[in-house]
Amino acid sequence: MAKIIMKGNEAVAKAAIIAGCRYFFGYPITPQNEVPEYLSRELFAAGGTFVQAESEVAAINMVYGAGGSGARVMTSSSSPGIALKQEGIGYCVAGEVPCVIVSMMRGGPGLGTIQPSQSDYNQATRGGANGDYHIPVLAPGSVQEAVDDVKEAFEIADCYRTPVIVVADGLIGQMMEPVELENPVKTRDISPKEAWALGYGTREKQNSIENLVIDSPACEAKNIRFFKEKYSEIEENEVKYEEYMMDDAEYAFVAYGTTSRIVKNSVNELREKGYKIGLIKPRTLWPFPQVPFKNKNIKKFVVVEMSMGQMVIDVELAVGDRDKVTFYGRCGGIIPTPEECADYAEKVMGGAK
Amino acid sequence: MSTTIFQKPKGLTDTRMHYCPGCGHGIVHRIIAECIDEMNEIDNTIICAPVGCAVFIPKYFKYDSIHCAHGRAPATGTGIKRVHPDKTVITYQGDGDLASIGMAEIVHAAARGEKITTIFINNGIYGMTGGQMAPTTLPGMRATTSQAGRDVERNGNPIRVSELLSTLDGPAYIERVAVDTPAHVIKAKKAIKKALEYQKANKGFTMVEVVSSCPTNWGLSATKAMEFVGEKMIPYYPLGVYKDVEEGK
Repeated sequence: MAKIIMKGNEAVAKAAIIAGCRYFFGYPITPQNEVPEYLSRELFAAGGTFVQAESEVAAINMVYGAGGSGARVMTSSSSPGIALKQEGIGYCVAGEVPCVIVSMMRGGPGLGTIQPSQSDYNQATRGGANGDYHIPVLAPGSVQEAVDDVKEAFEIADCYRTPVIVVADGLIGQMMEPVELENPVKTRDISPKEAWALGYGTREKQNSIENLVIDSPACEAKNIRFFKEKYSEIEENEVKYEEYMMDDAEYAFVAYGTTSRIVKNSVNELREKGYKIGLIKPRTLWPFPQVPFKNKNIKKFVVVEMSMGQMVIDVELAVGDRDKVTFYGRCGGIIPTPEECADYAEKVMGGAK
Repeated sequence: MSTTIFQKPKGLTDTRMHYCPGCGHGIVHRIIAECIDEMNEIDNTIICAPVGCAVFIPKYFKYDSIHCAHGRAPATGTGIKRVHPDKTVITYQGDGDLASIGMAEIVHAAARGEKITTIFINNGIYGMTGGQMAPTTLPGMRATTSQAGRDVERNGNPIRVSELLSTLDGPAYIERVAVDTPAHVIKAKKAIKKALEYQKANKGFTMVEVVSSCPTNWGLSATKAMEFVGEKMIPYYPLGVYKDVEEGK
């Protein structure tokens, strides 16, 4: 199919419909409003349902019910709204309810700004719900990747029965780019709804989405099962990253999402000057890629984020040597230029070509 | 030849309920199960459990069930009903759950006319957490967070939920009942049956508020607690039908 030009938020919404999502529950917040707006128009035509919830809290709890009923369901929001959803995300985790949450990050903390940001890396990868858990986090750096990630997110959610977060920012949400909507998705084994989902049980064997595990040994056992089975399997199967100009690299930028495309220009600029620098671009933020950081040829990993430094911690853990990791960031809705990132890297490299 | 005149409803499991003697939850559970049995909906019902004493509901009913976050059952019920419009969806909520932390969710589910049935247990106190003041605690009534009795100047006034929701256009049926006497239990069953039938007929949102008891946290015997319902609770929370679209109400 030919590529078409779409705005990021609308492409995300369209991708959800293509992925079989028929239920969306959301609440207005900038810069993601075109997602609910598009779906309020298109979902009914696709035989689905859209509800503008009374709050992000209600929206995620509607997602919990619909996902618990075995339907492909999505919600989207932006930073303060994702903060409000945390309780419900925790319930989806504990109830093993598949669902997709799109987070179009803006500058914080608090009400902050509506301009793009990556300061919710920790919110997505560490989460604000209570308890021990992980959530797969996919990080697209273009409208095309956002479309591909949303489609894949539904597969991952259904396969592991977990919420999946697609974390982008206001820039990707608001930008128009050509996209191919019909890229194939890697399908995964999915457990039949009859085995677990609401509305598919019988009086002999009821299906129950359980959150209360009042008995401590059982609660501990549930946590251990999540980590030993579910999360270790996701870590094994779902890590994604890309490398650019890394074959002969002695220095590496590390950036995801919007900053990865900015830094790609910095790499080109520095390569023209003769620097052996490349880019490591994590496409999943949890599980965080480990392999590219074991590259012994790299003298310094230059992490660039639109934040005060959040992913940098994961890079330090992956590299295992904090001295080899350095950070450059802009935040509060400021988007760094390729030139300033290159200037910073040039200082780090100290003229070492 | 023997005739069975009384038996456990088919929709209840054999699990022994944990409720205190004199608590209304057991009575209301039975009423729900009887209604669902009579409507032949055992295999077609999904029940949303609250946070509170009724959190163990999934163990007691042979229906599919879900543990909801505190106050969010109407939102979760909305999600379920939108996926399964042909199922009977029940939320079962206490007064802290529904009228405090979950006030936004219940008001908007009612306003949207979600085709679910909410069973709202009003006993004027937080039970599971040990007797704290609820939004429905009566003026002057003691709770662990209003130890000298609820002072409306300090603690604000109780909320009459049925009256409040009946001002909306979304609800099809709202009735307040009680389970303190056999006569009231029979009326309560009629109300719950009607609410469930209205849901089946897609008439809109339905709620039955049940004025109930909490002898343990009220510090009363089972018998005295039932008397308290009649003497103190019902005068503040008058029983009756607050909304019935079929009656033009």
